[in-house]
Amino acid sequence: MKKHLLVMAIAAIGATGVYAQANDTLAKLKTSGNISLGVRDSSALSFTLGNGKYVGFHTEMAERIVDDLNKATGKTLAITYTPVTSQNRIPLVQNGTVDLECGSTTNNMARQKDVAFAVTTYMEEVRIATKANSGIAGIKDLNGKTVATTTGTTSVQTLRRNERSSGIDFKEVMGKDHADSFLLLESGRADAFVMDGSILAANISKSKSPADFKIVGEVLSVEPIACMIRKDDPAFKTAVDNSIKRQIADGSLAKLYDKWFMQPIPPANVKIGLPMSDATKAAWANPNDKPMEAFNSK
Amino acid sequence: MANWDWQVFCKDTIDGEVLANCWGSGGKDISYLHWMIEAWGWTVAVSLVGLVIALVVGSLVGVMRTLPNSPWLVRLGNAWVELFRNIPLLVQVFLWYFVLPKMIPAMKGFPPFVLVVCALGFFTSARIAEQVRSGIQALPRGQRYAASAVGFTTFQSYRYVILPMAYRIIFPPLISESMNIFKNSAVAFAVSIPVLAQFYLQAGEETGAQVEMFVGVTALYIISALTVNRIMTAIEKRLRIPGFVAAGGTGGH
Repeated sequence: MKKHLLVMAIAAIGATGVYAQANDTLAKLKTSGNISLGVRDSSALSFTLGNGKYVGFHTEMAERIVDDLNKATGKTLAITYTPVTSQNRIPLVQNGTVDLECGSTTNNMARQKDVAFAVTTYMEEVRIATKANSGIAGIKDLNGKTVATTTGTTSVQTLRRNERSSGIDFKEVMGKDHADSFLLLESGRADAFVMDGSILAANISKSKSPADFKIVGEVLSVEPIACMIRKDDPAFKTAVDNSIKRQIADGSLAKLYDKWFMQPIPPANVKIGLPMSDATKAAWANPNDKPMEAFNSK
Repeated sequence: MANWDWQVFCKDTIDGEVLANCWGSGGKDISYLHWMIEAWGWTVAVSLVGLVIALVVGSLVGVMRTLPNSPWLVRLGNAWVELFRNIPLLVQVFLWYFVLPKMIPAMKGFPPFVLVVCALGFFTSARIAEQVRSGIQALPRGQRYAASAVGFTTFQSYRYVILPMAYRIIFPPLISESMNIFKNSAVAFAVSIPVLAQFYLQAGEETGAQVEMFVGVTALYIISALTVNRIMTAIEKRLRIPGFVAAGGTGGH
């Protein structure tokens, strides 16, 4: 009896792989008249205002992509916002629950085995945030210190890699989410918080006294952030890519960047204040879907 | 059965190369399997230390609540149970970790492990105290009177008459409680103790092998809880007195 249950459970898990067949998303959108957009609850690029409202740089960009898809399919698609997490976003894109995920997903080799990515729209730089009076100015100063980072992010691995290559030794603590990691830094349980620059900037801007914190040191890793789509669907990828290239070319994406990173944004009406990085500018100048490994080869 | 990749456990946690010995050389060069076993160690440590605290404090408070002629100790015991049983565990963990050290500066130096073990231990102690109390009150009142009649002090009557029977009565729920503390130990993740729950989230993200990591972590949780269950059941069998508290646990006399 117990064995049967086990086999059934395993079969149920295995069955999720069955949906991962190549399919034609454009045709699916045409017949259903509905597109499911993957969004995030609290990322710097896509977040919720509550009541099922999702906003952010990437979310608004995705809405414009849908506008362009409307022209391509000749139909006005209804948008369903599907909140996803780091853990479920890839399976949800694979099994068709989500058609287009524009959150804060890093394009890397491991993920390219399961899904495809549109051209890179944001280059994330992993940086160090610390208290302004800590005296920490770079990764070298972290020797013997306690460093916070967030569970379930690529920064954890970046941190370990830097620790090994630079021969320094520090204690890692992993917060359960970004707010928790920032609390570790704020409460003095950690001396530094290593994370995506946009997340650091957003957390500092929302803190009680933003002047007490600063982002310091070298860029530890650059990560191309891109919209995620199903694998082996060239027609849909071309449609999405073309829309993004159009938005870059006519300057509307730059306007969106200014709106979400340089102007006060909801819900607290504070500025993140993160000017566009050279890496992002380079990605826009030559739209590409290169994975993270292509940028950090040593 | 889908494309399962169990080799992922042998990969190095930094460069993702498959390690020949599947374990790594220690220090920073370790495999995911090595990391998972370390995380298991944290889970077991948090649970076992928490369980010891819970059993000791829970027994003390449980006894306190049944003491004759000590109304203030009874009230203190009642307050303890109500306090720790009515606040959600996760909230308690946060209180221990973030709030108490702010109010009591001496606690700032406490390692997170100690704080989380206190939170988990005291939360479970309230539940165990309630079980100990019910075990004691399930005994016929005559036992207490008999103990007094032969000249036992309160301590002696608890030590030699009441508690040995009460513990036998409450052993089955104690087994559940010990298994629960293993499962509840996952909350330690919320305050950055690198337990299994945290390993799953991180390693699944890094390797893209969510399902494999999930299966591995689940297996370790099952092994831990089942081991505790078997050990406690064996103890229960050894302690059983024929004729009293029969296998059905109905508290016959």
